[in-house]
Amino acid sequence: MTQTEPDRPQIGAFTLFLTFSWITLSGFGGVMFWARRVLVERRRWLTEREFVDLLTLGQLLPGPNVLNLTVMVGHRFGGWTGAAAAVAGFLGWPCLVVIGMGILYQRYGALPQVQQALAGMSIVAAGLLLATVIKLAMVLPRRWRPWLFGTLAFVGVGVLRWPLLWVMGALAPWAVAAAWKENE
Amino acid sequence: MDRLDLGALSLHFLALWFVAVGGPSTILPEIHRYVVEVNHLMTSTQFAEIYTLAQVAPGPNVMYVTLIGWQLAGWAGAAATTLPLLVPASTLTLLVGHLNERYPNAPIGRAIRRGLTPITIGLMFASATILIRAVNHDWRGYLITLLTVALVLRKPWNPLWLLAAGALAGIVGFV
Repeated sequence: MTQTEPDRPQIGAFTLFLTFSWITLSGFGGVMFWARRVLVERRRWLTEREFVDLLTLGQLLPGPNVLNLTVMVGHRFGGWTGAAAAVAGFLGWPCLVVIGMGILYQRYGALPQVQQALAGMSIVAAGLLLATVIKLAMVLPRRWRPWLFGTLAFVGVGVLRWPLLWVMGALAPWAVAAAWKENE
Repeated sequence: MDRLDLGALSLHFLALWFVAVGGPSTILPEIHRYVVEVNHLMTSTQFAEIYTLAQVAPGPNVMYVTLIGWQLAGWAGAAATTLPLLVPASTLTLLVGHLNERYPNAPIGRAIRRGLTPITIGLMFASATILIRAVNHDWRGYLITLLTVALVLRKPWNPLWLLAAGALAGIVGFV
């Protein structure tokens, strides 16, 4: 890869803040879709390829992957202030909205109608998560090793209810070492 | 834990975020274990309802972590659960993003990704089963969960419509 730093446009912190505010506030039911649409199609700050690369990297790091993407895009176009402005836009508004919902929940959560509606929505929300997992699992290679690691993680954390740190501490180095060997 | 110890809470979340590879759904089982099973700070049903509220709101789904903190101890609680996830993760991201621009094809990156993806999926499956058990009390609930899965896998609909349908099913008394 060649150095492209010199021709990279600088974008003001306020523009970054507004853009990521827009992405996050449109993101009902997932922000990934809107992040791609705004950054790649509307603003053209990133090419399709760059977007996928940054997202994959964000997935690999701890933390929510779209937040990691936000940090990297903010930093790339606006340095440290840009990264801070992008994150403030991306997380600030949802924080306020979600706490507003928390206040409503504490005040009206015990009403029978609200209880019933929430119960129904929660059942659907659990199904949405299960469907996401199934979609992701379908792209796993059809070999025994990935499925073994996935099953062990599920059994340790979901069935035996062991602390996540123990399970990850035991499984992660082993899984990465196995994948490293396969590479060679 | 009789009184909520915010220091212990935020330390626990700080430790969690270093293993939260693959996004906020992978640490859900651990948060549930800590908040519901070990420390009895809320019921399993409340936990699931808070998760659902955050799903309905705009923004990244990690916001359920903020809302759980807020429910436990107001603004201080929200900060205690959210900041430990935000600060170390963002700092590490900046550092690695920088390295990655220098060395875009490092094989160690590929090995980590390929090794951790199946574990991430296993953990998310654990999250899904915990939520499903927390929200369903009879066969009708399980039926709706299964129906949701089938629809999401076949139709490209916006999940908000399904959530609205779920709310309706709850109001008319089906579940």
